[in-house]
Amino acid sequence: MAGQKGKGQRPSLTGTRIRERRLALGLRQSALAGAVGISASYLNLIEHNKRRIGGKPLLDLARALKVEPARLTQGMDATLSDMVQAAARDIACGFGPPPELDRIDELAGRFPGWTGVIAEQQKRIAGLEAAVEGLQDRLGHDPVLAEAMHEVLSTVAAIRSTSDILVREPDLDRNWRGRFHRNLHEEAERLSAGATALLAHFEGQGARSETLSTAQERAEALFEAAGHHFPAIEADGADAIEAVLEAAPEVREAAARRLARRDLERYAHDAARLPLAGFLPMAAAVDYDPQALLAVTGGDAALLLRRLAALPQGGAQAVPAFGLAICDASGALLFRRRIGAFSIPRYGAGCPLWPLYGALARPMVPDRQLLELPDGLRFVAWAVSQPVGPAGFGGAPVMEAVMLLRAVSDGGEAEGAPVPVGPGCVLCPREDCAARREEGRFG
Amino acid sequence: MGSRVLLVEDEVNIYEAISFILSREGWDVSGHGNGATALEEIARTGPDVLVLDVMLPGRSGLDILRDLRARPETADLPVLMLTAKGQSKDRDLALALGANAYLTKPFSNAEMVETLRAVAGGGQQART
Repeated sequence: MAGQKGKGQRPSLTGTRIRERRLALGLRQSALAGAVGISASYLNLIEHNKRRIGGKPLLDLARALKVEPARLTQGMDATLSDMVQAAARDIACGFGPPPELDRIDELAGRFPGWTGVIAEQQKRIAGLEAAVEGLQDRLGHDPVLAEAMHEVLSTVAAIRSTSDILVREPDLDRNWRGRFHRNLHEEAERLSAGATALLAHFEGQGARSETLSTAQERAEALFEAAGHHFPAIEADGADAIEAVLEAAPEVREAAARRLARRDLERYAHDAARLPLAGFLPMAAAVDYDPQALLAVTGGDAALLLRRLAALPQGGAQAVPAFGLAICDASGALLFRRRIGAFSIPRYGAGCPLWPLYGALARPMVPDRQLLELPDGLRFVAWAVSQPVGPAGFGGAPVMEAVMLLRAVSDGGEAEGAPVPVGPGCVLCPREDCAARREEGRFG
Repeated sequence: MGSRVLLVEDEVNIYEAISFILSREGWDVSGHGNGATALEEIARTGPDVLVLDVMLPGRSGLDILRDLRARPETADLPVLMLTAKGQSKDRDLALALGANAYLTKPFSNAEMVETLRAVAGGGQQART
């Protein structure tokens, strides 16, 4: 190194690069020296950075080594240098001394191949980190993805615990064994559907695939595909249900088919009680106002709300778009028909201010409210909670609440001050809401 | 009769598996699947230790935990929270609100038994 660097200066590694290039070409030192008219011993001093080189000898050596002179004198490519420096900076060294940042040129000169590997790895790491960051961001801001992940993890948890029991409990009672096998089968089907939906979501296979991660969502997909209206059932009643199910690829799995059948049986029952041929013209005559139609259902408001949501939208009778949510007494969603920007979450609870939940506190009392979402969109909501089927004397009634939604811009009335609501606390930006249960996760 | 544990979990198959394992270990297990009425159930049954899922219909487990800690009669009730992998915010919040420990789904039965024993025995620990 003598004479090759002053204090604070990086060493000139022209000699090192000459040597590396010569070796890469398979040239002997004496052959190269002879080709450029210098002695082998002098070239040896040059190659070990013990003699400066420039001018004609440098040009001759560059020509003999078939490279640009600058490549011998300027060292590594600036981008390469940056990448190696970034690698040293970003990755904390867990063992050994810290990286010798002042000797990067020497590293590149002596080991250009390994330097390239370090730079390439740094580039890949940076790319992967950006991808992970993007996915984390997507997970945090994409409720569909977060819900699907939760579904998959819950399923995996059930499978893990159940299979653990089956493996580790050789003397398991036959009934318990059968039960756990059945649970395992159910969860495996659920996991299969969830994983498929997740993949479809990542691959951007279209909006419908987002809804197919659970049996409930698959049953819902059948209704969405049909526009929540089934002419065959309207015409032939419950006899047409099996044909509807057979023609629906969304509900091939047993659990989804069971839920779809349950919902279609209710649809058929409703259609039999309030046939389309008579109900549609009556509803059109009063602009589909539930208040004006309540009498025709004998006061069964839940039936009326469900039938309005099952009308064929548009058409000659200009049926408006309706949304529908049905929940049980715990608030868990049983059925939904989505409408525009009014988000009805599949998991967790919706907004506690929705009349859907208020109706549960006042059974059999139909309610009507004007709602305003955080983005200013308004909807009229009609809601009621009623027992499902007769409870019998002394029996506890099973309650369900139904809420019908209609956008104000679509003919709904806009009187009075609206109730400010949201899509549920998790997604709601109304930070100062008195009904807020938890912080928003995706805001 | 062993210590009484109340498992607030809406996933029926998870409940059945955990309930079976804990019963075998001598716990007296009962379950509840509705977040909205969980506090009433806790008050009614008075468990020795609570296993509480975060994601529940009706009400979040975190909100239930917050209320438990605010009430003198349940302020010291040992609580093991069940969270999902990837939801580190839930885990942090659970510990900040006073959970004694948490398990992330999916967990092994052995982890559940071991952690619950530690929680019921007064141990303060956190799992990842």
